[in-house]
Amino acid sequence: MEVFLEGLLWLVDSEHWSGHNAIPLRVREHVLYAVTALAAGAAIAVPVGLWTGHTGRLGNVAINVGNLGRAIPDLGIVAIAAVLIGFGILPVILALTALAIPPLLTNTYTAVRGVDAEVRDAAVGMGFTGWRLLRQVEIPLALPLIFAGVRVSTVQVIATATISGFIGRAGGLGRYIFDGLALLDIPRVVAGAVLVALLGVLADVGLARLQRAVTPKGFAAALAEREAVASPPGG
Amino acid sequence: MTTATATVLLNWGWIARNLGPIGESVVEHLALTAPPVAFGFVISFGLALLARRYRGLYQPLVRVTGVLFAVPSLAFFALLIPFLGLSRTNAYVALTIYTLVVLVPNIVEGLDGVPRDVTEAADAMGYSPAKRLLKVELPLATPVIIAGLRIATVTIIGLVTVTAFIGFGGLGDDILTGYNRAFPTQIIVGVTLTAALAIAADLALLAFQRAVAPWRQGV
Repeated sequence: MEVFLEGLLWLVDSEHWSGHNAIPLRVREHVLYAVTALAAGAAIAVPVGLWTGHTGRLGNVAINVGNLGRAIPDLGIVAIAAVLIGFGILPVILALTALAIPPLLTNTYTAVRGVDAEVRDAAVGMGFTGWRLLRQVEIPLALPLIFAGVRVSTVQVIATATISGFIGRAGGLGRYIFDGLALLDIPRVVAGAVLVALLGVLADVGLARLQRAVTPKGFAAALAEREAVASPPGG
Repeated sequence: MTTATATVLLNWGWIARNLGPIGESVVEHLALTAPPVAFGFVISFGLALLARRYRGLYQPLVRVTGVLFAVPSLAFFALLIPFLGLSRTNAYVALTIYTLVVLVPNIVEGLDGVPRDVTEAADAMGYSPAKRLLKVELPLATPVIIAGLRIATVTIIGLVTVTAFIGFGGLGDDILTGYNRAFPTQIIVGVTLTAALAIAADLALLAFQRAVAPWRQGV
């Protein structure tokens, strides 16, 4: 328990709140990596998930890519990207983007596919087709489950962004953890771990609120059982 | 290193010469994966039964394991160093804790999903709670429980690579060594075989599930 106390003392030490290795700087870098990767991952996974879910085509491919992605170790992606394209933040962003895609893709596909067939038929009967059906009926109903995917991806990406410390010339909270481990400065590692976990939990709580806000009224109750489809985290 | 070797992504000659060590990495990777999944399953089962008896425990349990999951794996190993050193036990403890976040909810949901009529019928036939659990609830919950076990196993196979930083790693050690030597072949071998192991384990568990619970092929 002493270790945790020392870690907390490290956190509040004013020396660690300024300079080139300052806590606010490392937190900003960490958030920047995570947000960039999540945005890039969403830009790829959400359109593909919406399209495959809407048309019902290539659904198995979407699911399998999602599962395959979970099987590939993040450390390996960072290592190969660093060796091939050089050091810096690009390999980190690439690996985190690859990590963000599977839950987003699987959830988006499942969410759109899972829209009640009767609701879809009714919408088609009312003259909704193609893009309008997707935008005005399928997406609103799929949104809560898509958000569940965003939450899973976000928590994973924030925890795994720690891997930036592995790469020279990249910042983020991973610096504290990797450098602390290399120097056997355990309080520094504890401080880094606490900050990363805190960021992850805060993001999850924030997104949970947002998720409730985007859930169409009267739909929330029916949703509870479908939430189980959301894959649990794995970072 | 020269640019000539850097452009060769896969040096097949190296792979052919190192089949022995690569095989050892695979075996070591499995040896690092199996104990945490097994311990994790036993602990989760106990916690799940506890959470079913004392319902108030369930939500806090899910929350605590969720927070533990938000701790980066490397930090977890580092945090255990003061207590367990750079030991195998260190790797096992951290990886075991990670399985709980997946396994506990799956076991609870699986057992909760058994229809009430079925459990009442078992009670009416004079089954004791223990016999009901073993003979009725557990078999019916098998598909959901194995679904959780599949996710936990795939996750742990990936996380084992990170134990390379505390001196283990299995195939993760190949990734780390390849990185330190700027040798892409060894990294690619490590990544590919890790993914292959994860997929093989996933399919094996799926086959097992279909064998023991043939009434639910769809899951």
